[in-house]
Amino acid sequence: VRKIVIECLRWHPETGGEPRSQAYEVPFTDDMSVLQGLQHIKDHIDGSLTFRWSCRMAICGSCGAMVNGVPRLACEAFLRDFLPGPLRIEPLNHFPIVRDLAVDQSDFLRKLESAKPFIVPGEKTPQGAHLQTPAQMDRYYQYSKCINCLLCYAACPQYGLNEEFTGPAVLALLHRYNADSRDAGKAERMPVVNTESGVWGCTLVGYCSEVCPKGVDPARAINQNKIESAKDYALRFLK
Amino acid sequence: MKTYVRPVRWNWWTRNPYYVWYMLREASCVFIIAYALVLLMGLLRLSQGSAAYQGWLESLSHPAAIAFHMVALPLVLYHSWTWFKVMPKTMPYTRVPDRVIIVSGVIAAIVASLVLLALA
Repeated sequence: VRKIVIECLRWHPETGGEPRSQAYEVPFTDDMSVLQGLQHIKDHIDGSLTFRWSCRMAICGSCGAMVNGVPRLACEAFLRDFLPGPLRIEPLNHFPIVRDLAVDQSDFLRKLESAKPFIVPGEKTPQGAHLQTPAQMDRYYQYSKCINCLLCYAACPQYGLNEEFTGPAVLALLHRYNADSRDAGKAERMPVVNTESGVWGCTLVGYCSEVCPKGVDPARAINQNKIESAKDYALRFLK
Repeated sequence: MKTYVRPVRWNWWTRNPYYVWYMLREASCVFIIAYALVLLMGLLRLSQGSAAYQGWLESLSHPAAIAFHMVALPLVLYHSWTWFKVMPKTMPYTRVPDRVIIVSGVIAAIVASLVLLALA
């Protein structure tokens, strides 16, 4: 059995102070993910290590962490790829630490709510149901795959420097609904897009789209909405 | 809820090569401006007569001017490349593949440069 050293950043609210790194030697097999490495630590070495996880297959978006400085889902990264080690695991960048690898997501959730991430019904169609062609679906489909894992927020230096920035996933999800032919909520969402903390807070670093585990391209949603925002600004003088 | 907020240090961009390339893209805009100013100066000199223009041309062969251009050229090329690379993300929705948009942008830039060189 091969072994790898996993260094976890630890911080507990009861003790406070500065976060510290703790190293664990973990035996592993070729099929073990980084998440399974963390689970081995919790089950066999140190039960006080705290981290979030659920599905183990890149669906739930709970186990995001900085893996050797890169935002990744722990379930989708494999220990064998980090030999000889040590492997550094830290909580997602730019979020307050609640305990060890668990971060406070409330800022994201508040912003997500402000984007109205649901279809706002418009007028009823004659046939009852809202029909949609594949071409209409193509306009939003990739954005609908977001799992709210927050890797893009950990990748975004603008969010790190200014947490007022609405951020990649929320703006991508906002666009997902604005671009949906069945939706009638665009006018309610544009105020979120138009502000300095909306799409204009983005400088197109583009790392959000690189790290997304689901192939969503938030940088594209945000920068296409700069055009929408400019149009929204210019057109109000004509109304 | 008690939490710990990790500070973002001034050197945050040195910790990931992706950010280093991003910062280089942002910093290279200084050389774009300098390049544009040099060309604008040439245009100004041209408007002041052939002697003035000749003087501007000669100033370009000064070692300092050559050194500047040696540094500026690769940075300006890199800067241009980065914007062609993100061009598909900044355009309105289209079903044209990203690669086609990027390659046609680069080809247009190369053709425009060659035409300018041929005219010069």
